[in-house]
Amino acid sequence: MKLTRRDAVAALAAAGAVGTVGAGGLLARERLHGGDADSAETDENESSESVTLSETDTAMLAAVARAVYPSEVTGIEEFVETYSRGRIDRVRNDAYRGGVSEALEYVDDRARTWYGEPYLELDSETQASVLGEIGADRADPAPDGTDAERVRHFVVNEVLFALYASPAGGELVGLENPQGYPGGLDSYQRGPDT
Amino acid sequence: MSSRVGGRAVSGADTDRSPVSDADVCVVGAGPAGALVASRLAARGRRVVVLEAGPRFDPADRPQQMERSIGPVDGRGDIWGMGGDRDAYASTGDRFYPLNANRVKGVGGTTLHWQGMVYRLHEKDFEMDSRYGLADDWPIGYDDLRPYYAEAERELGVSGADDNPFGPPREEPYPLPAFPPSYSDSIFAEACEELEIATHSAPNARNSEPADGRSACVGYGTCQPVCPSGAKYDATVHVERAEEAGARVIDRAPVQRLAHDASGERLEAAVYATPDGVEHRQEADAFVLAAGGVEIPRLLLLSESEEHPDGLANRSGAVGRYFTEHLFAGAGGTIDRETRQNHVGFMTSESHQFYDHEEPVPGSIKLEFLNYAGPSPVEMALTGDTFGDELLADLREAYGNHLAVGALVEQLPRWENRITLDDSRTDDHGNPVPEIRWSVGDHARRTIERANEIQVAILEALDAEIEWVVGPDDTGPAAHHVGTTRMGTDPDESVVDPALRTHDLENCWIASSSVFVTGGALNPTLTIAALALKGAEHVDEWL
Ligand SMILES: Cc1cc2nc3c(=O)[nH]c(=O)nc-3n(C[C@H](O)[C@H](O)[C@H](O)COP(=O)(O)OP(=O)(O)OC[C@H]3O[C@@H](n4cnc5c(N)ncnc54)[C@H](O)[C@@H]3O)c2cc1C
Ligand code: SF4
Repeated sequence: MKLTRRDAVAALAAAGAVGTVGAGGLLARERLHGGDADSAETDENESSESVTLSETDTAMLAAVARAVYPSEVTGIEEFVETYSRGRIDRVRNDAYRGGVSEALEYVDDRARTWYGEPYLELDSETQASVLGEIGADRADPAPDGTDAERVRHFVVNEVLFALYASPAGGELVGLENPQGYPGGLDSYQRGPDT
Repeated sequence: MSSRVGGRAVSGADTDRSPVSDADVCVVGAGPAGALVASRLAARGRRVVVLEAGPRFDPADRPQQMERSIGPVDGRGDIWGMGGDRDAYASTGDRFYPLNANRVKGVGGTTLHWQGMVYRLHEKDFEMDSRYGLADDWPIGYDDLRPYYAEAERELGVSGADDNPFGPPREEPYPLPAFPPSYSDSIFAEACEELEIATHSAPNARNSEPADGRSACVGYGTCQPVCPSGAKYDATVHVERAEEAGARVIDRAPVQRLAHDASGERLEAAVYATPDGVEHRQEADAFVLAAGGVEIPRLLLLSESEEHPDGLANRSGAVGRYFTEHLFAGAGGTIDRETRQNHVGFMTSESHQFYDHEEPVPGSIKLEFLNYAGPSPVEMALTGDTFGDELLADLREAYGNHLAVGALVEQLPRWENRITLDDSRTDDHGNPVPEIRWSVGDHARRTIERANEIQVAILEALDAEIEWVVGPDDTGPAAHHVGTTRMGTDPDESVVDPALRTHDLENCWIASSSVFVTGGALNPTLTIAALALKGAEHVDEWL
């Protein structure tokens, strides 16, 4: 399955960048922001100057996504880049962006120590095993936790959420409106064959 | 800016939290009960102040809270900041009572987290003694509450259809159309038809279409514990209305005790603490306690005085007694077809066929057909320990053909199930914490067994492979805190009168499920809302 930019925009809807979804989301946002969608937009953008993800960071997130997404998924780079720019740069606060960058730095540091090369230079199999060796597969996500827990929280779960809380990822499992995605009120009424 | 583990609190430590002068009414608690009373009385021109123990949460945080609820952070799923010294309690009954999973402190109260299923109690629920010789009758009946139920449905914006053949009589349609049935409802309908069980729509306090300045449900599927779209009703709706009508709502202002005048018959002030460590006195002509079914009796007990050595409004000794819940009974499994679960986080079909019983036992059962049985793939992905193709294979294996039937089951009030003070432990302000003694009882056990029989029969009619049954031994409470300041006409047996005023204090009313005499087997909040609207009228008349 090829992920597209559209899929990334849909994934952003799940991640709370609700300005990108349809009327339902906009209405929702009006209610949540006391009726003034524009000023909410401004709030979100307020601090976006200070920390943004570097190109290396987004490339590394895509590499991690390749390791944790199923092999039938393609188009990962553009998906992750659109998603992470939209979400991490726009919605999240500085502390969160810092957390993502630091966790990626840790992954890169482990790659250099264990395999003598930057993470991005490793082949994809080794990239996947670095995550396992860090213990990010078994770790519980925790922003203030151990290195493994922070990698799980800021990096692995970030990209897993992007996929599996979006229609594209949900469809891989047979659920086009997964939890976390505002997919409307039709899908729950539909049978499997329609 | 203050911060608890949940969402950010939008008002910080430096917010003005000084008392309101010349207040007509002081409301304690900003859940649905307190918010409705406040908005109603403020709209009638009364000067209203609401004291709320918890913070104001920033609605802009809801998407992040939603995400944290899907992939719990720090191993904890709680996104509303419950726990710690502020919320400490003891559970010493036969059954452990998980209090903090069953309430939220904050502007909006527990409805921030709730599921939003809303019901009128059936007529029988008010007449348990005269019909079955069980427990006691309420001093008011369904007919007395009927107009308030209709009003409460309008206030909460209930989506529903008048298609429940077992429901109590109604005078007008629901304000919003019902949510159409789910695909899995149609699977259940087949089995139920075979078993001659009538199914019908489920009323929801969530918008099936845009209404009241709020979005229609957009299908995030995380209703419990948070609705990011605002489609699910929560009491911030009425807090906003109260504030627009001039009420002042002070957050992070837990009331420590209630102070009465020299006669001991009239409340003078609610003494509350603020984050800066200062205690204030909020004086008012009338007081409405709306702090939920555990904290209301606790506050009355904490306010003991020379004149009221056993706590306020407690001449009967019933304050804190008869703590009643609803029990969960359920069964689930898989069938050999797709069931399309976890698209939305609420139910669309149910059955009240087993609600109005002939014999005393088994008691009332509300059957629920879940739309969210089995695992949610995204939740599994975020908490699993596999990646890549292996993870996808795990998700495909786990998701797809689960079904589950739940039920709420009636529990009878029991004198020995109660809230008291545990003097061996104090909260963050040095007050003894609530101690909960709770047990299930034979009536509920036998009713749960009956519910299980029905649930298993339905699943068997579908040739399901039954994977779990929650029965009398592993049942749990449904987060409904009923009975702890019961209503009655006899001051020696009850705490409030039918106008919801305490027998002992002439200017103190209670708006809560704590005044219910019995709880039936239906989620209580519409009845709480109806009583709050009725109570507001009585307070207004008195002022
Ligand atoms: C997970 C879950 C699901 C639920 N689902 C449903 C459902 O589907 N349908 C239904 O009908 N009900 C449901 N409920 C129950 C429902 O939430 C409650 O019945 C309802 O919120 C009670 O309203 P209330 O205003 O009486 O109390 P609450 O909503 O609990 O509000 C009480 C408020 O008082 C404040 N307070 C407490 N002590 C003090 C003090 N000393 N000083 C100042 N303030 C104080 C608290 O902080 C709180 O904000 C659910 C509950 C939970 C936990
Ligand atoms: S399913 Fe509807 S009510 Fe539930 S969280 Fe989503 S939008 Fe809110």
